[in-house]
Amino acid sequence: MDTGNIRVRFHLGWPGFTLDVDLALPGRGVTALFGPSGSGKTTLLRCIAGLERARSGFFSFQGDIWQDGKTWLPTYQRPLGYVFQEASLFPHLSVLGNLRYGRQRSAAGQRLSLDHAVGLLGIGHLLDRKPERLSGGERQRVGIARALAVNPRLLLMDEPLAALDLKRKQEILPYLERLRDELDIPVLYVSHSPDEVARLADHLVVLEDGRVLANGPLGATLARLDLPIRLGEEAGVVLDAVVAERDAAWHLARVDFPGGSLWTRDQGLAAGCRVRVRVLARDVSLATQRQEHTSILNLLPGCVDAIADDDHPGLALVRVRIGASVLVARLTKRSSVALGLVPGLALWVQVKSVALIE
Amino acid sequence: MLTDSDLQAIWLTVKLASIVTAILLLVGTPIAWWLARTRSPWKGPIGAVVALPLVLPPSVLGFYLLLAMGPDGPLGHLTRALGVGPLPFTFWGLVLASVCYSMPFMVQPVQNAFEAMGERPLEVAATLRASPLDAFFSVALPLALPGFLTAGILTFAHTVGEFGVVLMIGGNLPGITRVASVQIYDHVEALEYAQAHRLAAVMLAFSFFVLLAVYAWRPNAKRS
Repeated sequence: MDTGNIRVRFHLGWPGFTLDVDLALPGRGVTALFGPSGSGKTTLLRCIAGLERARSGFFSFQGDIWQDGKTWLPTYQRPLGYVFQEASLFPHLSVLGNLRYGRQRSAAGQRLSLDHAVGLLGIGHLLDRKPERLSGGERQRVGIARALAVNPRLLLMDEPLAALDLKRKQEILPYLERLRDELDIPVLYVSHSPDEVARLADHLVVLEDGRVLANGPLGATLARLDLPIRLGEEAGVVLDAVVAERDAAWHLARVDFPGGSLWTRDQGLAAGCRVRVRVLARDVSLATQRQEHTSILNLLPGCVDAIADDDHPGLALVRVRIGASVLVARLTKRSSVALGLVPGLALWVQVKSVALIE
Repeated sequence: MLTDSDLQAIWLTVKLASIVTAILLLVGTPIAWWLARTRSPWKGPIGAVVALPLVLPPSVLGFYLLLAMGPDGPLGHLTRALGVGPLPFTFWGLVLASVCYSMPFMVQPVQNAFEAMGERPLEVAATLRASPLDAFFSVALPLALPGFLTAGILTFAHTVGEFGVVLMIGGNLPGITRVASVQIYDHVEALEYAQAHRLAAVMLAFSFFVLLAVYAWRPNAKRS
């Protein structure tokens, strides 16, 4: 992955909070800025947009400097799109008026037609409505389309789903996945939801207390054991996989990832589909011998890569290498000692449950 | 019926209030914008000065304005240097005094509207390529429109109702500074109660309908 296309360096201090980041980010795909609330991820995004002015800072995008010691482009001159946590539609304009607002003010040479943006977000039937007559999910879809309509070269999204309930989130996530797959503009996506990150991100930046804890490709970063990523029950890895086989009789599907394959519930995806597979550490158990009499379908030969303490003193996280991929298992330290786990040990990995992400 | 001089006074009142409202729209809006958005330590003092006419007796305000406009006052010096005559006891002197006197009725509702709007719509506009000036006209003004309507109506009505400042600055010159409120005072002084009744009734009806307009008209502010 090409890092260095986006260079970010900000130092910003408020009473009780300091943002201090120095990052090189890839110029394509979705980069998640992940961290608990108060970690500075929204502030970082606002600095990038020019909505917040860091005392000392540097930002360049594909070679263009937006901010350094001498230059500071005001927000309206930066070729970006911004999606706020609340859709923040202009209440005095219709949906179409909102979409046109930025479009009329952005440079010609449009790569994305308004129809395309409307189609991508499925809001064609809402164009004449006033924002007050839209549901929360519809509003956010219009907000996203409005940001796309200015033909941004960089899309910034500040927790676009956080203000929505679970049902609305499920309604919007497929649209975000379409954006990721169909547009070739880089997206910086602020989130505190591991689920959203697992579904959408290609690259992961972890922030805590205004500092960068990790910055790397999603899979590798999630598999790091040294990070105090407070994922709790959500700790786990994401694998890139392909649907290889569907078992119609048992309603199961087999997905292949580099190094092995997993059976999961058939979700109707055709063979050959590229999918993401999310495997939570709590769903992975380890055995030194192949278990014959077990309900668990997925038994994979692997090799212990690293062992680290988990948040709870009684628990350990074990990273296991399976071919070119890794899984992380959560187990008790007692089990770890009883099995004699040490790096390099060959063993069997049992995966109880797998979440397929389209 | 209303006499010619009554009609003249009403016409003068309407003219004065219209001009004052127009001037205050232009002058009060930037002040309201600044007060709504500044973090300057001057926000408090400036806000207090703008609000002074709300509590000051009109005669006090009129007295100071009279001094300022007089031959030895700063405004008097200015008007002499510019080659225009002294302002006291002229229509334009009355306009200037009314602008000061009605200022809070324009500034405060507009300021409230700008403050209620918050920073977000302007930030959104900036991310949609609108320059700050563009955002002001295309977003801030439309969103603050209810505030402007309230402010305009209140300013107009308040100028119609002023009396003390008029007497101090304008005196009682027919067709120049004799507005309706002064005319009523004259009628009463001359014991022309019937005349005073008619004009007073006109003023009462006007004031009631203005306030009715302000209170009955609620902007359909819903979730954005």
